[in-house]
Amino acid sequence: MTAPRPYTLVAELTYRCPLRCPYCSNPINLQLKKGELSTEQWCQVFSDAAELGVVQLHLSGGEPTVRKDLPALIRHARQCDLYTNLITGGTLLTEDSLREFRDCGLDHVQLSVQDTDRDTAELIAGVRSYDKKLEVARLIKKLGFPLTLNVVIHRYNIDHVPELIALGAELGAQRLELANSQYYSWALENRNALLPTQAQRDEAARIALEARERYRGTMEIVFVQVDYLTKEPKPCMGGWARTYMLITPTGEVLPCHAAHTIPNLHFDSVRQQPLTTIWRESPALNAFRGDAWMQEPCRSCPKKATDFGGCRCQAFLLTGDAAATDPVCHLSPRHDVVVDAVAAAEQADAPLVYRDQKNSERLLARL
Amino acid sequence: MAELPADYRPRLASKARLRWDAVEKKHMLVFPEAALMLNDSAAAILKLCDGERVVEQIVDALVEQFTGADRSVIANEVTVLLTRLQARGLLEP
Repeated sequence: MTAPRPYTLVAELTYRCPLRCPYCSNPINLQLKKGELSTEQWCQVFSDAAELGVVQLHLSGGEPTVRKDLPALIRHARQCDLYTNLITGGTLLTEDSLREFRDCGLDHVQLSVQDTDRDTAELIAGVRSYDKKLEVARLIKKLGFPLTLNVVIHRYNIDHVPELIALGAELGAQRLELANSQYYSWALENRNALLPTQAQRDEAARIALEARERYRGTMEIVFVQVDYLTKEPKPCMGGWARTYMLITPTGEVLPCHAAHTIPNLHFDSVRQQPLTTIWRESPALNAFRGDAWMQEPCRSCPKKATDFGGCRCQAFLLTGDAAATDPVCHLSPRHDVVVDAVAAAEQADAPLVYRDQKNSERLLARL
Repeated sequence: MAELPADYRPRLASKARLRWDAVEKKHMLVFPEAALMLNDSAAAILKLCDGERVVEQIVDALVEQFTGADRSVIANEVTVLLTRLQARGLLEP
């Protein structure tokens, strides 16, 4: 089968980050001492990605602005005609650095905000950050960038959706992502603390949908669903290794943030092979392309071409089998796992486990 | 479909970029988290959305460009496209 055309590359430039958000999608095993790809290696990746058909480049991490070569990376991405988006927590940005990025050709900035309430926002981020983020949001607009505000939604802030919408409008954001937390990695570790109730989710969805219509044409409002509560499998990444690719700080080419958790899949690195070869030929990327790998009920399901059987990583994490139907689906024979998880979270009074080197080592030692 | 105001001077939103896609050999509009493949007439219309021309002038230019085409058909295509793009926030408000 010929490989599908990828449209989006998420370049995780580093796992270093000044924030400690408990829902982070970076691996539990942060391995901060492992060598990151060099400037030249990333530039080669961008050129190869453009050749494969990628048009959207997300410069991410960790915190991408810890990289001193960001201007050079942006300049090269621009030369490759990639639409470049900086995904940042913002706390390390200044007017000068933003201006430099703009001059190098950066197209867009996505800024994370944890909450409209300062105490909750800083409880979640784990560091002083609230005032700086708002200042940076204003600088982003002052310098003429289109702005997306990304808010990861969970039990601590799901009741603040109206305030978050108002904040987006006040800051002049072009897009507001109300990105309900997905439960992998650090978020999975903190699921009992973060998962909202059905009632909270339903009310937030109602408010978001109404606001989406009210702001149509001026601010795009995106509400990313909590699949544990919608009971619908999400069409994860638009299908495994289909339109989207992610590259880790050490160069592994993955179909998503979480795929490294699936055992027996060896992901190839651009350190050893060109990206073009990996995208087309890597056994790990080909493992779940198409639908020949599907089990029942997915195999005979009329929705398989639209939901792709849900998420492979979630199927593995919750059932032990990466080829199983995503148990979020009410048709999955293991759907009880999700029902129990939702019930457990409702009872729980769990402390937050912050994303940092110390907790990373502690959690790994526990395994 | 509602008529566009006579003094409206449409301009592509700054968050969107019009590019030529070498893979599918088509014009493509790229903007946050999405991309839109454009057919030839959509690309021709968008190229005229410079924030200076009013809708009537855009239609005039297209009638010249696409000789033999019916003016009312072109005018309708322009209205449909611009209305759709507005709804998606792809034209400057």
